[in-house]
Amino acid sequence: MLSYILSRLVALALSLVVASLVIFVMIELVPGDPASFMLGLNAAPDTVAALRAELGLGGSPVERYLRWVGGMLQGDFGTSYTYRAPVAELVTARLAVSLPLALMALLLSTLIAIPVGLYAASRRGRQGDWSVMGLTQLGIAIPNFWFAMILVVIFAINLRWFSAGGFPGWDQGIWPSLKALTLPAVALALPQASILARVMRSAVLEVLGQDYIRTARAKGLSRRRTLTDHALRNALIPVLTIIGLQFSFLIAGAIIIENVFFLPGLGRLVFQGITQRDLIVVESVVMLLVFAVILVNFLVDIAYGLADPRLRRRS
Amino acid sequence: MKQLFSGPALATFAAAAVMNVSAVLAAQTSITVGMQLEPPNLDPTGGAAAAIDEVVYANVFEGLTRYQADGSVAPALAKSWTISDDGLVYTFSLHSGVKFHDGSAMDAEDVKFSLDRARAEDSTNAQKRLFTGIASVDAVDALTVKITLSNPDGGFITNLAWGDAVIVAPESIENAKTAPVGTGPFTFSRWVQGDRVELARNPDYWGDAVALEKATFKFISDPTAAFAAMMAGDIDAFPGYPAPETLPQFEADPRFRVIVGSTEGETILSTNNKAENLSDVRIRQAIAHAIDRQAIIDGAMFGYGTPIGTHFAPHHPDYVDLTGGSAHDPAKARALLKEAGAENLTLSLKLPPPSYARRGGEIIAAQLREVGIGTEIENLEWAQWLEQVFRGKDFDLTIVSHTEPMDIGIYANPDYYFQYDSAAFQGLIDDLKLATAPADRTRILQAAQKQIAGDYVNGYLFQLARTGVANARINGLWENAPTQANDLTGVSWSD
Repeated sequence: MLSYILSRLVALALSLVVASLVIFVMIELVPGDPASFMLGLNAAPDTVAALRAELGLGGSPVERYLRWVGGMLQGDFGTSYTYRAPVAELVTARLAVSLPLALMALLLSTLIAIPVGLYAASRRGRQGDWSVMGLTQLGIAIPNFWFAMILVVIFAINLRWFSAGGFPGWDQGIWPSLKALTLPAVALALPQASILARVMRSAVLEVLGQDYIRTARAKGLSRRRTLTDHALRNALIPVLTIIGLQFSFLIAGAIIIENVFFLPGLGRLVFQGITQRDLIVVESVVMLLVFAVILVNFLVDIAYGLADPRLRRRS
Repeated sequence: MKQLFSGPALATFAAAAVMNVSAVLAAQTSITVGMQLEPPNLDPTGGAAAAIDEVVYANVFEGLTRYQADGSVAPALAKSWTISDDGLVYTFSLHSGVKFHDGSAMDAEDVKFSLDRARAEDSTNAQKRLFTGIASVDAVDALTVKITLSNPDGGFITNLAWGDAVIVAPESIENAKTAPVGTGPFTFSRWVQGDRVELARNPDYWGDAVALEKATFKFISDPTAAFAAMMAGDIDAFPGYPAPETLPQFEADPRFRVIVGSTEGETILSTNNKAENLSDVRIRQAIAHAIDRQAIIDGAMFGYGTPIGTHFAPHHPDYVDLTGGSAHDPAKARALLKEAGAENLTLSLKLPPPSYARRGGEIIAAQLREVGIGTEIENLEWAQWLEQVFRGKDFDLTIVSHTEPMDIGIYANPDYYFQYDSAAFQGLIDDLKLATAPADRTRILQAAQKQIAGDYVNGYLFQLARTGVANARINGLWENAPTQANDLTGVSWSD
């Protein structure tokens, strides 16, 4: 097991080095100088030069790469050009919006999808199944920003139950913040729930075809007990895999929904960083996301190793 | 900022919003102002972004002089001033009892510090050229400052009204980017990055106290979200409202008031005067006659904007209407192209992100095609535009709005990106710097306008309008934008 973990660790380190190189080179290739962008049309060339020096934009690419990676190893992710604040601080502040939003959306989609998927599987081929399949198809097809706008029209403009967007901040109380995240979470959860419900349905159907289910039924267990005690637990494995994938998507991929509800989330930070040529923010945030994904994969690898001894031995 | 969705999406919103007519109940002493772009930092002396001034100008920071709503310049921290007969020495006397928000006194030393910092060798002030004419700044006593110029400059008092010339304190400038400390009627409370900036009334303000107790600037980049936030009552006023296509709906709704004002933005079809074909004035003239300004204003700007024939703001008293000299005349354009032997011309047209450029570019391309000029449109981001067009001068045509007030002087710089090099024009600007008598300045400014219009330096399109929406009970918002600002000092709610 130890050698298995070690080999996984080496793979992790190599992936990170490759990722950092790719990110750095791509950012180097992006046209546009951050300093002249910040100073606008009337700036004198010597002013731009002064700002470049202040931002640490001088030096050869190799030098800058080493400075960047060296800083990250010591936990220093650099200072944003535009905000002039440490990137780590910016990311922490944005995660306070993105993380709860992703969790809420995930919770919502799971709470909807599991019973719905189970229900559809239990009604296979009958009207209940058809309706669920039709509705989830619709849920996947509807663009989530459009759905978000419909939610705003109904609940913010007409009913006035929610505000049209924005985020008050957790220090203004938990309830107002949760309220501000409700509509975005619903908008994000709908397509995710639709996908998850379909995965759930087919997973349950597959399990229902297994011998042990027939055995359980044969020994006299009721349909319902068979479904909840035997089918559900076994069907959860593919569902959990999808949930894991959805979570990393929700953390970084909510840019469009963040724009509709003008939420200060991580996605918008990256987006703004790109348009304003705040390259250090883009570099470091993308690197952090890559690290998070690689780390999750590493943990999953370890878990597989624990679950399946064959994997351990093969390495 | 990218626009995520427009036309049909907005129509969905618009239809649904008509159904709602209930009144907004808002606190009477606080205001939430919408802005499309978030300022990158809050120090107006360390960045060009208009959004910085749109939060802090006149509200948090003040200069020796300031712009007023009508575009005139008035005393601010300087009570009065005298100018020596040779036009070189300005002596300002300051208001007494002025305090920075951290409690320290504002005196002549702070003025000296601020101006010396702005013109220093390592200054990162985006408008450093405003201060390059200063030879020395001396604090005569606590409330008297003497500024000596190297050459007379009739525009010096106006230069001091810019947001880049506000007075800051050496004790607090270090953190001004995230925690600005000024002398204005509002103090900075907090900045939730990505969401909003909050200001509070300054109880120790030296001048007249403001009516508002609290002001919040909220950043909404998406036009559709801006519409929803306005309709839902989350935002009380949106002075630079980004979805002009929905304005008729606000006009029809008694809860709202639509504000249409002018800006200092001359929107031009900027032309590379040194490019292969465009150095020939006949071709530039042909382009000017190919353009139908009103079609661009209607098609790209929803009808908001004033046609211009030169690089000068039409609301300025010295403006000359020269649109006649470049009237829409495709036949004349074709004749001129034929005369110049350029009947199969293809030009690059590089467009920055704002909608005036992207939408206007499509219309101009069609108008040029009508007279036989082909265009290759390329859409650029701002950073790319700055690099390729503005610094690299690698373009034939581009569309951009020059938003600085009174910036006709840029035509005197032959290295400026459109590369207009005219000794006659440069002479006019040299004369202007020495002229202090109003009549002389008017004469020179008008001659300068005619000079560039006659040389067809650029295609002159329209003066950018500023369209805003506000709750109908709000008074005192600026109608025009003589400088980039959301001055809240005169704003109040009526019952």
